[in-house]
Amino acid sequence: MKIAEDRGIRAASHIILGLFSIACVLPFVLLIIASFTDELVIGTNGYSFFPEKFSLTAYMYLWAKGAEIGRAYFISVFITVVGTLSSLAISAMLSYPLSRRDLPHRKILNFYVVFTMLFNGGLVPTYLVYTQYFHIKNTIWALLIPTLLLNGFTVMLMRTFFSTNIPSALLESAKIDGAGEIKTFMMIVIPMSLPILATIGLLSALMYWNDWFNGLIYLTDQKLYSLQNVLNRIMIDIQFLQTTNTGNQSGLSTTNLPAETVRMAMAAVGVVPILCAYPFFQKYFVKGIALGAVKG
Amino acid sequence: MGDMSVIKNAAIKANQKPVNLKSRVDYKRYLPLFLLMAPGLIYFFINNYLPMFGLVIAFKNVNFQKGIFGSDWVGFENFKYLFATSDAFIITRNTILYNVAFIIIGIIVQVAFAILLNEIKNKFFLRMYQSLIILPSLISMVIIAYLVYAGLSVDTGLINNTILPAFGLEPVSWYSEPKYWPFIIPLVQVWKTLGFGCIIYLATIVGISPEYYEAARLDGATKWQQIRTITLPFLRPVIIMLTILAIGKIFYSDFGLFYQVPMDSGQLYDTTNTIDTYVYRGLMQMGDIGMSSAAGFYQSMVGFVLVLVSNFIVSKVDKESALF
Repeated sequence: MKIAEDRGIRAASHIILGLFSIACVLPFVLLIIASFTDELVIGTNGYSFFPEKFSLTAYMYLWAKGAEIGRAYFISVFITVVGTLSSLAISAMLSYPLSRRDLPHRKILNFYVVFTMLFNGGLVPTYLVYTQYFHIKNTIWALLIPTLLLNGFTVMLMRTFFSTNIPSALLESAKIDGAGEIKTFMMIVIPMSLPILATIGLLSALMYWNDWFNGLIYLTDQKLYSLQNVLNRIMIDIQFLQTTNTGNQSGLSTTNLPAETVRMAMAAVGVVPILCAYPFFQKYFVKGIALGAVKG
Repeated sequence: MGDMSVIKNAAIKANQKPVNLKSRVDYKRYLPLFLLMAPGLIYFFINNYLPMFGLVIAFKNVNFQKGIFGSDWVGFENFKYLFATSDAFIITRNTILYNVAFIIIGIIVQVAFAILLNEIKNKFFLRMYQSLIILPSLISMVIIAYLVYAGLSVDTGLINNTILPAFGLEPVSWYSEPKYWPFIIPLVQVWKTLGFGCIIYLATIVGISPEYYEAARLDGATKWQQIRTITLPFLRPVIIMLTILAIGKIFYSDFGLFYQVPMDSGQLYDTTNTIDTYVYRGLMQMGDIGMSSAAGFYQSMVGFVLVLVSNFIVSKVDKESALF
């Protein structure tokens, strides 16, 4: 009787989780099918999981417009790599000294970091500071620096990791052996912290890859747009692909541009790297979220 | 733990005494550490502290030539305009009500899914469900907006073209009817955040000693009774903590969720405008920086008080989980 009940609950769990898992995947499936659907079919029947006619036009169009998409892709990869590495470096460099109990003014410095998590100036002053005093508008710095580079939360996580996982006896002995602070940091602390660096680095990379907000407010020059910004612009300005002249060069007249399917193909192109990378990094993501969720 | 650190601190202080007699703090010795910290500290100054001082802009008539600190003071003018409109009420109402809905629905659904995931003993299925449920959390809001558009587009959307006709219903112009969005937005939010959200609860459940369940089984407790009397009580502190922290952020909203997903449709503002989208539109689209900065100031201040209050409560409940 009890076994039957347990089995019932297990079956119910499988059904509910299975259905929700499908609900999580289906929109992506629809997106990818739509990107391979014939434009006219979408016009008459709408998006469908079982389109009457498939077509590669959207991807051919993207290929023909390769220069723009390629540049956006390059910028996304660039800011993800450079942003993540700089973010990790700066976070670790700030967190390690804060984890040292003998650091002078440690309390004040910690408060300086924590306070950024409690209070913030918000969008308007931030925008004015970056555009008026640092002239970041329409530069690549706009995608790298504001908000994303460093946050108090990451610093607190790393600090806790350093103070619990790096024995102070080890630091002492390095000092006795004549290693300076910087050398100790580079040769002992960093190599011992690879797990936390990997976890935080992955979350940071995801943040950079997915960010569109900085581009939205600091960029008007479309040459600097990341993939997300291009997607965002197309979403905002549905007319864009119809009005641009570059369509003619690809041999397509402006009247029958595959607007709907191209949009979906672009979104598919934006999702695919994450879908491909994710299975390899899932372990770290789950660990990172579990770490972060407590104080997130 | 606390006593230990006090003792350690005392020991460190005792050790440093002789050094302290020579020079108060041996800065030369710590110079390398301060150099390591410099980029991070400077970044926080620029990215966080300068804008905090910049909040004074709410009391000024913004003039781009004169900059934040050079613009002329106007006192409470900007606030008068802001609170004279119905906008102030609408954006506050929307921000708070949506957050309340997210908190309540979030707890119920995330705890439920964590319990369900814990029932799955087959490694393969567990991994598969977990991977798929997390998927929406990894995608940017822009792409989520595309997915929602594929479903809701008036002419070409899946719902208007396939699902509604199957039930003999008329198509709906989703992007111009505000009344549907108080349901659509929480739905998207739950769908996107469930995967990340239930991990912490699952981690707690996995950590419960199996002996409790064995004892309960010996006493003839059903699964449902076990969940009610063992799992939920163990989750209670985590639930309380996350809820209080969420209440501390009740004045903030996910900009992407309220801007990208409704595609910035003006007809939906009544049910999709929050403080964050309002501030953004005032600054970037309407050029109404006065009202925008007043709304931003209002958000920062009330938000700050709420964070302080919620952290105070958290530190009373469980010191470890508090931010300070």
